[in-house]
Amino acid sequence: MAFPFVWQVIMSLSTNAEVQSVTPHVWPHRLQWGNYHQVFEQLPFLHQLRTSVVITVIRTAAQLLLCTLAGYAFARMRFRGRGALLGIVLSILMVPAQVYLLSQYQIVKGLGLLDSLGGLVLPGLFSAFGTYLMRTAFLALPQELEEAARLDGANPFQIFWRVMLPLVRPTMSVLAITSVLWSWNELLWPLVVTTYSDHMPLSAGLATLISDRTINYPVVMAASLLAMAPVLVLFILLQRRVIDGLASSGLK
Amino acid sequence: MSSQVQVPGSVGIARRPRRRGDGVWPWLFIAPLLLGIGVFYLWPIAQTVYYSFTTFGVFGGSTFSGLDNYRQLVTDPSLYRSLLNTLLYTLIVLLNIPIALYLASLMNMPGLRFASVYRVIYFLPFVAMPTAVAFVWRIIYNGDFGVLNYLLGLVGINGPYWISTPGAAIVAVAVVGLWSNLGFSIIVLGAGLKTIPQELYEAAQLDGASRWRQFRSVTVPLLTPTIAFLVIITVITSLQLFDLLYAILGSTNPTLSKSMSLVYFFYRSGFVTNDKGYAAAIAVVILFIIGATTAVQFRLQRRWVHGG
Repeated sequence: MAFPFVWQVIMSLSTNAEVQSVTPHVWPHRLQWGNYHQVFEQLPFLHQLRTSVVITVIRTAAQLLLCTLAGYAFARMRFRGRGALLGIVLSILMVPAQVYLLSQYQIVKGLGLLDSLGGLVLPGLFSAFGTYLMRTAFLALPQELEEAARLDGANPFQIFWRVMLPLVRPTMSVLAITSVLWSWNELLWPLVVTTYSDHMPLSAGLATLISDRTINYPVVMAASLLAMAPVLVLFILLQRRVIDGLASSGLK
Repeated sequence: MSSQVQVPGSVGIARRPRRRGDGVWPWLFIAPLLLGIGVFYLWPIAQTVYYSFTTFGVFGGSTFSGLDNYRQLVTDPSLYRSLLNTLLYTLIVLLNIPIALYLASLMNMPGLRFASVYRVIYFLPFVAMPTAVAFVWRIIYNGDFGVLNYLLGLVGINGPYWISTPGAAIVAVAVVGLWSNLGFSIIVLGAGLKTIPQELYEAAQLDGASRWRQFRSVTVPLLTPTIAFLVIITVITSLQLFDLLYAILGSTNPTLSKSMSLVYFFYRSGFVTNDKGYAAAIAVVILFIIGATTAVQFRLQRRWVHGG
């Protein structure tokens, strides 16, 4: 299972000739740490890294805010049309991304946001999945707390923010993790809204390198390891939480 | 604000008309999300359906052309080729579930050491960036210096140029898909295994059931809801194959027109050959295929899912 990762590390420390030798080298003759240095000199790596970080942070923050607000209202407030609106939001979960992609592209193009951070970030700020996830978490909370806060004269926003939100932190971290993963790794949307490699996030930037004929394998290996590293490190640090969160989504 | 008198506690007891709703508050809470969902999801869904009945001009502008796109689509060999490739990919990736079931039950055995290390290793491919792992798979599959063909050569098999041979390419991509899905399935099945009461196994043991028999008569039936969930998720995501295929084959690969998936076919029409009306029709077809397969699976589930 781990072989491709191990092989990738070995290749990233080899010379181009070693990578392309017919008898595989199990271990490079001399470790080529310089390949990692080359990543920053030969590729627009820093630009793309910055783009990836910015879109991931903005999307995750926006999803956390918008999905907890909406999830709370859908779970614990009364208003006309609640059921119907919830149904509409959740129905999006069943629609494959290609169905809205074309038109999202037209909208972003119409706004003049092609090849910009705004265009990259926009549709991913709103998540039907996140709303569903947060609504489920809020539904599980007891009613007494809300009522006590109401007696103390708190307004609905204060109740939400001070009393209820802290109680759904575990689910918020599941939402944050899925949002980070999805945003960091996403390929199709960035490929569609950006044309210049300088404007792309890492996921799309790396994909365009693949078609390059004059490819320097070890440098690209190093680049792809560096591109994966932040998420892999995050995962290893938080693995209990990620795994339990994802597993429970499967048991529902 | 003060006219909005809040009634504490008493809601359930006296069904008074006073707390009928929360006034404008819920709307303030959901408005930002609804606005975004409306503009970036609902409207685009409607618009794509409309696009699928139009022909886009080369210099912008579009004309209503009725069922033209669909008529052209049903006679397009690319549709059937990409559909077949996608189905083949899906079937191969589904094999991850029995493998995961086997590994998850091994990992669930008492006394296994380093279980959490295994879980992390199995799970890594699931969280790793598809375009980044694609590189190493390209090298592993390389026809001239790839380690796969080297190993096959040791046992006397002359491996093909995996990613530039139609037929072989989609299988090669599917193996990577299987590899990256395995961890998720193991985790979900592992969580399912923990919910099976130990007494059932003890009872089975008293009845003299072998390990294999216990697995077949206790583990598998009780896990069918979890397995069903995995099958549905895997089918839905596999039918939308794009990232791995695009990243492993590369956009300039001449085999791509023979090895493409439905979503690649959609992408090519919409953004490479720039026929947005045609792409919209493909998107609608994908929506129907996924909807129909999911509906069929839910129906079939009633037959084989325990308590389903």
